[in-house]
Amino acid sequence: MYLYDELDRTLVGERVAEFRGQVARRLSGELTEDEFKPLRLMNGVYLQLHAYMLRISIPYGTLSSAQLRMLAHVARRYDRGYGHFTTRQNIQYHWIKLEELPDAMADLASVGMHGMQTSGNVVRNITTDQWASVAPDEIEDPRIWAEVIRQHVTLHPEFSFMPRKFKIAVGSSRHDRAALRIHDMALQMHRNGAGETGFEVMVGGGLGRTAFIAKTIKPFLHKRDVLSYVEAVLRTYNQFGRRDNIYKARIKILVHELGAEAFAKEVETEWQSIKDGPLALDEEVIADIASRFRYPAYARLDDSPPELAEARRSDRRFDAWVGNSVAKHKVPGYAIVTLSLKPEGGTPGDVTAEQMDVIADLADRYSFGEIRVGHEQNLALPHVAQRDLPAVWRALDAIGVAIPNVNLITDIIACPGLDYCSLANARSIPIAQEITRRFRNLDLARDLGRLHINISGCINACGHHHVGHIGILGVEKNGEEFYQITLGGKADEHATLGTLIGPAVPYAQVADVVEDIAAAYIELRERPDELFIDTVKRTGVEPFRERVYAAR
Amino acid sequence: MPLVKQGHIVEDVFVRVLDDAPIPDGVPVIVTAERFLADAAELAAREAPLGVLWPNNRKVAELEPWLGRLALVALIFPKFRDGRAYSQARLLRERYGFRGELRATGEVLRDQFLFLIRAGFDSLEVTKAADAEAFAAAVSTYSVFYQPSTDGRLAVRRRRLPPQTPAAGREAQETGQRHFEPR
Amino acid sequence: MTSPLQQKLKINGPVVVTANRLADGVVVYRGEGGWTTKLDGAAVTTSAAVAQELLAAAKADGLHAVDAYVAPVQVTEDGRVRPGNLRERIRSSGPTIDLPLHALRVKADHVPVR
Repeated sequence: MYLYDELDRTLVGERVAEFRGQVARRLSGELTEDEFKPLRLMNGVYLQLHAYMLRISIPYGTLSSAQLRMLAHVARRYDRGYGHFTTRQNIQYHWIKLEELPDAMADLASVGMHGMQTSGNVVRNITTDQWASVAPDEIEDPRIWAEVIRQHVTLHPEFSFMPRKFKIAVGSSRHDRAALRIHDMALQMHRNGAGETGFEVMVGGGLGRTAFIAKTIKPFLHKRDVLSYVEAVLRTYNQFGRRDNIYKARIKILVHELGAEAFAKEVETEWQSIKDGPLALDEEVIADIASRFRYPAYARLDDSPPELAEARRSDRRFDAWVGNSVAKHKVPGYAIVTLSLKPEGGTPGDVTAEQMDVIADLADRYSFGEIRVGHEQNLALPHVAQRDLPAVWRALDAIGVAIPNVNLITDIIACPGLDYCSLANARSIPIAQEITRRFRNLDLARDLGRLHINISGCINACGHHHVGHIGILGVEKNGEEFYQITLGGKADEHATLGTLIGPAVPYAQVADVVEDIAAAYIELRERPDELFIDTVKRTGVEPFRERVYAAR
Repeated sequence: MPLVKQGHIVEDVFVRVLDDAPIPDGVPVIVTAERFLADAAELAAREAPLGVLWPNNRKVAELEPWLGRLALVALIFPKFRDGRAYSQARLLRERYGFRGELRATGEVLRDQFLFLIRAGFDSLEVTKAADAEAFAAAVSTYSVFYQPSTDGRLAVRRRRLPPQTPAAGREAQETGQRHFEPR
Repeated sequence: MTSPLQQKLKINGPVVVTANRLADGVVVYRGEGGWTTKLDGAAVTTSAAVAQELLAAAKADGLHAVDAYVAPVQVTEDGRVRPGNLRERIRSSGPTIDLPLHALRVKADHVPVR
């Protein structure tokens, strides 16, 4: 993981001091709310229904144990004892007081954390695959590139007042675990014919009112050119993105209105002028940033140690968990452990301060001090020795984060919704909770197999409902909560937007509808191991629509 | 509206001339883009300094042929949140090599000062008097910058490299084009 | 539900003016010349003109509360004031879900150190 140096820490400290001054000027009245609001947004401070919300950046979803302990401390001292992990690998606190924010930020700055650019019309947290550097199918660690870009766009004088927010994701595995194609810009690493690694650049993805899948504008960009090309895209967007209508201001609209080819041409023209300037990345600079990433001193271990097999034989629950939540690691003898933050009746992505402290300790003991945050709102311990899995499981089980439901129907992605968010039309968390109750039976959940449910409480789509296998969107009709259901969305390298199956259903019926859809799948699938998403693709949504709306 | 130039509050020597008003002789003036382009050759030939107020939705490339004869280019922030003029400023300085006064107008507030300076502006028509007075404090909020820019401050990645490396040397040359130190 | 901040002023029954306290974001209601955290203490009106005045006064008081808007209420037979829709119910009594188990204790009277 990346180690901040003196310079990085100084910047964050200066930011805290600046914000402290800005808060003081607001509280004294020297700044009006109109003047203060963009400034607080640039530090990730929102005003929500009940309180301020603070969003803290977790760059490319990588946390140290010290950082996780500090997140626990902030939850205790400044909030109500818990935090919420988001679909962009960040953490949110929902009960923050403005007057205490500078203190909270100073505490976070002491471990190199901050809320810079987690909101506002700037480049936001740059996300990657939470299995970066440990996934067997990876070309190179994408986080190095996320960090290169992160530094460049932090407090960038030209790009701090863009038409709208700008979200970037970087990937480097064949299988896209970072939902690249729903980002404003995504870089996917490839190896070309000459064995060089470079990036395919895609732009114009995004959900919300007008959803688009990103389009490739540059099939192969050399590493040396990453920053200058990013700069060219941002400059093109900053100058020509719409500013007349907040709902038409994202780059996806510009790309759509110009056409991908014309947009690519604009960028190329700009890029040609700057590609050999100061932004050209020479080997030295890349090596310097790469050198600040620390990798574990893995032990030489064998795969499938006998104690693991023995433990799986003797404990069915442990066995189920290994089968579900443990993934192959690129280093022999190691494993990637996913911590499910989706307990029955719980809020997806919420973690208490106590849980955070235990997880931090486990990370120190079993994962070289490192934790990962996934956009599916689960955590991961990325460097667990296979022989330690029984001990790790017992400890995770004791704090309730070892439910073997990862990627199953109860592993739901949901935004906070109307219970917290001032933008929402409807609640999302109680919908998720009820679904987890209906499908609490693990045998049933396993039989249904991989099935991604995404729930958003409004069209802003923070729950990514468009790309859920089952997407649920809360809307308001005559003061009541209703939900539109879509099927067949995908967030991976075959990214697809889901299809609406019919009229919105009332709040009380949503879990019933999900049960009907699950039942329909069981009947329609060709074989038990035909995935839900593949069944939907094969049959289309019609048979599901019939089933759901037969009696409604 | 105080004018902060090169870090100090100064009198504005430039006079803004409306489109239908006569241009006074021997006086530094700022005219609109439309007026300038309608009469560019003639205006550019005048002795006294000439400035142009350029809209933020028009490419600054159009000005390029005249930059050598312009004493001032004024760019516009209709609302401080509309950041198009930052790109225009950088293009004028870095692409087209403009060396005259680059002025920020419109809604210009304290919390944008540092961004403005680093983007290449050297004079600001500051909206609030109190902000103008706080200029020096505002631009010394940060000592660390990740990006290379024309204000002479070395970007972080260059500060990390030993100064003798060719890469560091090249960058120092490129970013040292314009040096501006706030007091 | 749809943010009232984007709605035109339309009075269809009793309303109050509500906002969030600047310093801590707590939900507040406009009362006589000030703010209260208790809905029962809010100035209730069925007149658009009065609502407009309350709103103007609330907006002018940006030092204490922000994002003021007009919100519907219901008045019971015995004169108690209740939130007029789900959004206002949630603002008034908090999320409709249980907060995470260990978080149910709410810190009282926290004094900032710095």
